[in-house]
This record gives sequence, structure tokens and C-alpha cells, in this order.
Amino acid sequence: MDISSLHPLVLALLVLGGLALVFGAILGFAAVRYKIEGNPIVDQIDNLLPQTQCGQCGHPGCRPYAEGIANGEEINKCPPGGQDTINSIADLLGVDAPELDAEHGTESELSTVAYIREDECIGCTKCIQACPMDAILGAAKQMHTVIADECTGCDLCVEPCPVDCIEMREVEVTMQNWKWQLPSPLAAVNSDIIASDRQTPQETKQEDTAA
Amino acid sequence: MSQLIYPLRGGVHPPENKQQSLQSPLRRLAIPGELVFPLAQHIGAPAKAVVEIGDRVLAGQMIAEPNGPFSAAIHASTSGTVSAIEARPIPHASGLWGDCIVVAADGKDESIDFVGCENPFKIDHESLIEKIRHAGIAGMGGAGFPSAVKLNPPPNNNIDTLIINGTECEPYITADDVLMQERSEDIIRGCTLLAHILNGPDRILIGVEDNKPKAIAALEQSLLKLAAEDLPGIDRVQVVSFPTKYPSGGEKQLIQILTGKEVPSGGLPAHIGIVVQNVGTTVAIWEAIKHGKPLIERITTVVGESLKEQGNAIVKLGSPSQFVLEQFGFQEKSCARLIAGGPMMGFSLPDSRAPIVKTSNCLLVPSHQEMPDPAPAQACIRCGHCAEACPAGLLPQQLYWYAQAKEHDRLLAHNLMDCIECGACSFVCPSSIPLVQYYRASKGEIRQAEIEKEKSDRSRQRFEFRQKRIERAEAEKEAKRLARKKAAEAAKAKAAANAGAAKTAPAADPVAAAMARVQAQQSDPAEQLAKLERAVNNARNRLNSAEEKWQQAEGDQKAKLESRFKQAQLRLQDAESKLHDFKQQSAGQNPAPSNPTSASPTTPLNIDSDDPIERAKAKAQQRLSMSPLEKAENNLSSLNDRLKKAQEKASEADDDKRAAMEAAVEKLKQKKTSLEKEIDELKAQAPLKENTATAETPVDPNSIDDPIERAKAKAMQRLNMSPAEKLQNSLQALQTRLAKAEEKAASADEDRRPAMQAAVEKLQEKIKTVEQEITEFKAQEEPAKPAESANESSGIPLDAASAAIEKAKAKAAAQAQMSDSEKHAAQVESLQQRIQKAQQRLDKATEEGNDNVDAFRLGLEKLQAKLKELESE
Repeated sequence: MDISSLHPLVLALLVLGGLALVFGAILGFAAVRYKIEGNPIVDQIDNLLPQTQCGQCGHPGCRPYAEGIANGEEINKCPPGGQDTINSIADLLGVDAPELDAEHGTESELSTVAYIREDECIGCTKCIQACPMDAILGAAKQMHTVIADECTGCDLCVEPCPVDCIEMREVEVTMQNWKWQLPSPLAAVNSDIIASDRQTPQETKQEDTAA
Repeated sequence: MSQLIYPLRGGVHPPENKQQSLQSPLRRLAIPGELVFPLAQHIGAPAKAVVEIGDRVLAGQMIAEPNGPFSAAIHASTSGTVSAIEARPIPHASGLWGDCIVVAADGKDESIDFVGCENPFKIDHESLIEKIRHAGIAGMGGAGFPSAVKLNPPPNNNIDTLIINGTECEPYITADDVLMQERSEDIIRGCTLLAHILNGPDRILIGVEDNKPKAIAALEQSLLKLAAEDLPGIDRVQVVSFPTKYPSGGEKQLIQILTGKEVPSGGLPAHIGIVVQNVGTTVAIWEAIKHGKPLIERITTVVGESLKEQGNAIVKLGSPSQFVLEQFGFQEKSCARLIAGGPMMGFSLPDSRAPIVKTSNCLLVPSHQEMPDPAPAQACIRCGHCAEACPAGLLPQQLYWYAQAKEHDRLLAHNLMDCIECGACSFVCPSSIPLVQYYRASKGEIRQAEIEKEKSDRSRQRFEFRQKRIERAEAEKEAKRLARKKAAEAAKAKAAANAGAAKTAPAADPVAAAMARVQAQQSDPAEQLAKLERAVNNARNRLNSAEEKWQQAEGDQKAKLESRFKQAQLRLQDAESKLHDFKQQSAGQNPAPSNPTSASPTTPLNIDSDDPIERAKAKAQQRLSMSPLEKAENNLSSLNDRLKKAQEKASEADDDKRAAMEAAVEKLKQKKTSLEKEIDELKAQAPLKENTATAETPVDPNSIDDPIERAKAKAMQRLNMSPAEKLQNSLQALQTRLAKAEEKAASADEDRRPAMQAAVEKLQEKIKTVEQEITEFKAQEEPAKPAESANESSGIPLDAASAAIEKAKAKAAAQAQMSDSEKHAAQVESLQQRIQKAQQRLDKATEEGNDNVDAFRLGLEKLQAKLKELESE
């Protein structure tokens, strides 16, 4: 049969249909061949979470919370991550960044690590089982100690201790982790006043008396 | 040959203020009483102390060794004793205290023998680097980068240019200026040595700003003078001066000025074939290699209006700043603040005890007029002066906004990390915003975030590993549980197989098997005895100790111990009774087996054998061969034993246990009575059965005890029999069965009687058919062997059975010839006969007062009913 003898409309339909089939086949193949296991957004969110595995969000770890967020949960349940984490997740998901939900805890400025008062430790291994990081070293009836570098300060070991010999200590500032502080933002807020306005009444008084 | 100068982009011209410190000549400071050597004086890992408190050290002696490649050694700068190794204030922007080696100087300033070398140019590259490393030389310009690392660039970077930095662009500082004037020859020699270490780059440029004409002149003079000497590569050395501008002394800026090349973002000068060294470092390296003198002193500018005199001084490293300042007439009251370094890039020292270190090129103590507090920051007006001033070509105001918003991604995108923190932007800012502070803080935050990110990745990994490990442990546990279960099953199966083997040929008796198992589990009696005795001993010991304690104790403890003591007593009693029981048991066990052996004449097996399995086997066999009666008797005897024991126990037991014991005794007694009843019944049945047995089988199979043997014998007999005989046999069997069934029916309970009678009738019918068959058969055979049959019938003494057969035959023959009416009559006759018989039996029964009278009567009535039926027909 001569193709040219076909009605142009039919011809167009045939061509378009053929193209649709070809591209459909290509897309179908690609979908099978390049299939991505799991939800990639979960990985991205998990990357932003602080990985303390503290469970303050109500999930048994950071990844489950990432999955929860991917399924539409609130993003403001992570106190260890704080506002920074909320902001970056909001950025990733393209939503407005809410305030940290105080129900799950408050953000602390200072990072802490667990410290075991070794004289009091009875070697019960309860904290070892509680630690999600395997950051506590010890054995039954042997004194335990915290590997400070691996401790995320999640707090989970404090509660199970039968003799309350674990405390959370602030991470010490050393030459290695010291950093400059941002200049006080207050100066920027009050930047629309001239220098002499900045003086407190006492200072002005003193100047007056001196004069 | 004149060197082309490339203009520096950006930059500022702050007041130089260099004249103050150039007024007085270079002086050498006295030795302080105490010197402090921080272990972390430079970028990289802190050095590791190699001296201990109380050690005497000499000038030039290494007191801390490099710890890793990014580290440099530290040497004592004078003689004395190590008085402490502890945290002290150190010159650091944070104001933190760091670990320091403290040396109490003895004032003698004795030094070790410095071992120099005649011609350093003959030493190979590696050993030169190692010497520099051990001389503790770090960049003396400001950052303190270990020089050995800088002089050992990656092998794929071909270094074509060596730049000696004599720029010293910061205001106030003149240390390098003075050094270049004083030590120009050593600088020239040092840079040829550096060129030698770097495999002879094409160009060796000494860059000096044109505000140091004396230094330039000195350098050029020395260069001319040394050209006569045989220094390799001196012909390539060039002193280059260029216009003063801050911050042309920055490494990257200097490279740009002298070569026009730009160090790529995030890269090192070595990546574009350039190495830059400070003039101070160059001299130190020369001294270290040529004279073997490590870095123990340096020239420091001490300047500021709160000093009586300002100038430069050769200071022993480790001298406290306070001491150095005092040498220059420090007036603390007029001092605005103590700055380490210049006014642009230096930092305030919160503690004047912080020592002079390798990087301390200046101590600045300005008065309040000289350096007033920075004006309060005001809003950014987006004037763009900072962008013009930035020598790195960044956009400071953008960075400022992002730094405020903590947008780290944007900061990185705007190349914050390329900021050299020179402070030019802050200097030009009309709103006096401390821009550099923002950048420093943001850099710190970004670094911190990176570290935290790394840590969180590690945490995730650890957490995931932990989860996996826990899962694996669970799986292993589960597998073990399964394996244990399987093993238990296998063991059970094996035990069952063993028990089966123990039972051997005869059919398995489950009770016997159970017994065998129990006995197999039980250990040797002797062992058990020993165990029990041990338990008794233990209990007694415990009792004794408890008693002792009890007597010793007082008050509350006494009550507690008393209860414990009583417990121990109870325990002892328990153990003793157990032992006693066991002894009795083992005593009773030996005579006990003799009973069943004597009771069963068929199996004279010895049950006393030691092996429990053997014993079990024997018992099982015995039981199999035993008649039910014997079994019951056996049971009874064992029950008796148990009862006796239980009674004993009950009498011995405590009050609370007694009730349970007595209940057990009661149970046993009940069992015993029921068993006794059973035995009686069996005894009653036994003679009857024996009678029937002899009656039904007068042939020899009867004499064989074993049922199987008997069956075999019977089967053999049957095989040998002719069909007629077979039939006769079956007839006999049927008749015996009939008799039995009748008996049974008679003795059966009310409810089972009809069924029995139905069975009896069936049997009767069967007998009839068999009889018929026999007659037919006989009728066929008789014509063939009349003689034989006659012989047979006459010759062989006839027993009841054959008589019956004869009768049946006759009947059958007669019936065959009879007409229907005759048949009928015959039936009636036979019935009448049977009725008569039944009547007789009934009479007999009534006479004897037998229980079965009713049954007989019923049977009689039935027969009479049948007769009536026949008659009516």
C-alpha cells in the first residue's frame, strides 16, 4: 500500500502514534533500568540531621525521623540540630522554616558530652546498651568510660545508670576548636544612632562632673 | 635586569608609623628569670615535650620534638632548669591557656655545642629538610607555617621561582627592615641555600617595599659583595623594590606583584611553581644549617606610645611579653591595649605574661590617643569602598550580609575562604563595621560545621553498624536456639531408638520403654548415694556455720540469722531423709526382682544385672511373657513397696508436708485395692480359660506356650490338612467360639446381651453352612474313597468334634434327600431338642442359683418362639 495515498490526517495520526510508542518504550526501559531504590529525599534529609540518634523527635534514630519528614511530618522536632537544621531542611523541601517545637526540647548553645565518674561506676553495662553510638567502652564489672570524640551528647546513657554516675559536661574549648565570635548584633541594630548617644546615663553624668 | 612589577589590585595606605621603632639601634635584651615555651607555637600539631620537670637544659637544646610532619621542634633559648610543664597564657587570639614548658633561667646562658657544616650546598635535599625540621623553624612572618613542609613541595610541582618576602607592609613593624639592614649577607646566603633545597629555581626574588631604602641598599650591597664568592645560584638572586601598599606583604599578593600570577582559590603557591619565605625565616634556616644553631631568638619590634623608648630587640624566645615591655620602659597606665602583631592583623593579648614566640614580630602597646577604641559600627551604606580595597577581589559587603545571616553556602560561593583577613575592608569602611571579625567568625563556623558534618557522618556509620551488629546477634541467637531445639529432638529420637533396641524382638510395651528411659537416665546407684551423702554433708556444714553466725550476731541480725539457721536445719533434714530413702530403696531393690522371676516360670531371666538398660530389657521381656494375672500381681507388689515407703516418708515429714504425703498414701492405697480386685477377677477367669483352651484345642499347639509358636504350629497343621479336614477344623473352631460366645452372652451385662446373642446366632448360622459344606464335600469324596473314609471314621477315636461332624454329615445327607415338609419337620425336631437342652440348663442354673438364670430363660423363650414360628408355617 502506498503511504502517500493515505489521508494526511491518518498519516499524521500514524506517525504520532508510532512516535508515542517508541518514546514510551524508551521511557519504560529507562524507568526499569535506572530505578532508584528507596526515596532519595530521605537520604538528603538524613544528611542534614545531626545524627545524635537521641530520639527526642520521637523516632528511634535520625533516619526514621528523616523518613517521617519525607512522609509529611513536621520538620521542627530536632532540638540537637536546632534552628540551623530546621532552616536547611526547610530550604531543601522548599517550605517555610518553623520555630523549634519546644515540646521536644530546647536547643542548647553548648554541645555536651557524657562523662562517667569512674570512681562511682559499678560496671553494670546499662549505659553501654543504651548508647546508640557505641561510644562507651567497658565490660561487665569493669569501669566504663566515654569516648568523648564519638559521643554526640544525646543524653540516653544518663537515665539508665543505676548509680547516677554519668553527667553531661560541656565540650571544653581548646586551641583546636576555638573560633572567633561574630560581633554582637546589637551594635548593628543600634547603628542608626551616633556614638555619643550610646553612652549610659551614668557615663554622661561622669563626663559632666569631670567637665 | 630589572624585574617587572605588576600592580596590586585593591589595597590601602594606612599611616605607616615605622619611624618610631627605627629611632634606636637594635639591642639585645637581657635574659628573663623565667622563660615559657608554648608547645603549640604554629599551625599544625603541637610539639611533644621531651624534658621533664627538674631537667637542666642548655640554650639550643631541644625540649620538645616535632609531633608529626606538620610540626616543628622547640628549643630552650637559654640555660636553666625545667620548673614546670603546665598551662600558661599563650599568645593566641582566644586568650586560652596552653601547655607550656617553663624554664627557670640560671643566668649563665650556657649553650650546647652547635654543630655547623662547612659547605651546606653539598648536603642532599632530604637531610637539609630534616635539619630545618629539627631546628624548629617555622614561618616568622606571622602564621608560623613549618618551613620544612613549605620547602618540601609535592614532587609534581616544579618550583621555578623563589620569593624572599621582605615586604613588611604592616604599620609600626620594622623587625624585618632591621634584620635586612643587619643581616643582609646571611639573607643572600640563605636564599641561595633555599634555592639549592628547591633544586635551583630560575628566579630568586627578594621583594622589599620602597619605604625601606636602607634595607634595599644593604641587600644590594651584600649581593654585589657575595657575587665574588662561590655561591651557587647567586647570579639569579634579585632584589626587587615596589611601591608601598598594604597588604602587599601577603604571600598571595606578593606573588601577584612580582610574577603577575594568581594563586588559585584553595591552592598553594607551590601549585603555580612558587615558594615564598620570609627574610627572618631565611636567616634562621641559614643559621640552622651553616652554624647548627636552632631557632631560639628573633628580632621583635617593641613599639607604642606607652613605652618610654621604642625600638627593635633581639629577644630570646620564651621571654614573657611583660618582661620585654619592661625593658623598654612600659607604662601600663597609658596603654590602651597590648597587641601582638601589627595594628591591621594583630590581635589583643589579654595577658601580658604571654611569651614571645617564633611568630612574634611585634609588640604594640599604643596609648589611648594613638589607637582609640573603634568607633561604633553603623549600618552598611553599600558604598562599595570595601570591594575596592579588597586585595583578594572579593565582595566584602556581600560576605558581610551572608555572614550575618549565617548563610554558609552563599559565603562559600562568594569565596570567603580566599579572604586573607588583612583588614583593608574594615579600614576603609565609613560605617566602621568590623568586617574582618565577621569573616573570621564565619570561617570558624564553617570549619566547625565541616567538623560536625564529618562527625555526624561518622555517627551515622557507627549507628548503622551498631544496628547491623545487633541484628546479626539476634539472628545468631535465633540460629543457636534452633540448633539447640534440633539437637534436643535428635537426642530424643536417639533415646527412643536406643529404647527400641533395648526392647529388641518382642513388641514394644510403652510402659516398659518409659521405665527403661527413666532407668537409663538414672545414674549408678552408688553414684547417687554419694551425691546424696554429699548433699547431707553440705547441709550439715551450712547448718553449723549458720549456727555460729547466729550465736555471734546481735540485735536485728540475730532474727535474720535465726531464720537462716532454721532454714539450714530443714534443709539438712530433707537431705537426710532423702539419703535414708535411697538407702532403703537400694536395699529393697535387690530382693524385689526375685519375686517376678519366681512368679514367671517361662523366663528365668536375671534382673539383677547392673546395666539399667539390660535390667529394663529383662523386665520388659518378663512382662511380655507374663500373663495379665502375673502382671497385676507384680504391680501389686510394687505398689505395696511404694505404699510402705510413702507411709514412712509421711511419718518422717514435717507438718506441712505431711498432708501431701498422706494424700499420696491414700491414693496408693486406693490403687492397691483396685489392683487386688482385678487380680481376683483374673484368677476367677484363669481356670475357666484354661479349661476352654484345653477343650477347644486338644491338639499339640495347645501345649506350646508362646502364642506365636502356637499360631505357627496351627498354620502348619492347616497347610498339611486336606480340604475336608480344614473344613472340619473350622467347624471345630466355630463351635468353640459359639460355646464361648454363649457363655459370654450369659455372663454379659444387661445392655450388651442383645449384641452377644446376635453374635451367637450368627455363629450358629455359620456353623450350619460349614456343616453343609462338609457334608457336600464328603458326599463328593466318599464314592472315590469309601474304604478310606470308612477306615477314617471307624479307626480314629472320635472326639466330640468329629462326633458333631458325623452328626452334621448325617443331618446334611438326610436333609439333602428330604422334601420341604420333611425338612421343616426336622427343623422343628431339632429345635425341640434344643429347647429341651436349654430347659435342662435353665433348671440346672436355677438349682445352682446362678446369676445367669435370666439369660438362660431368655434364650429358652427365644427358641420356643422360633419353634412356634416354624410350626405355624
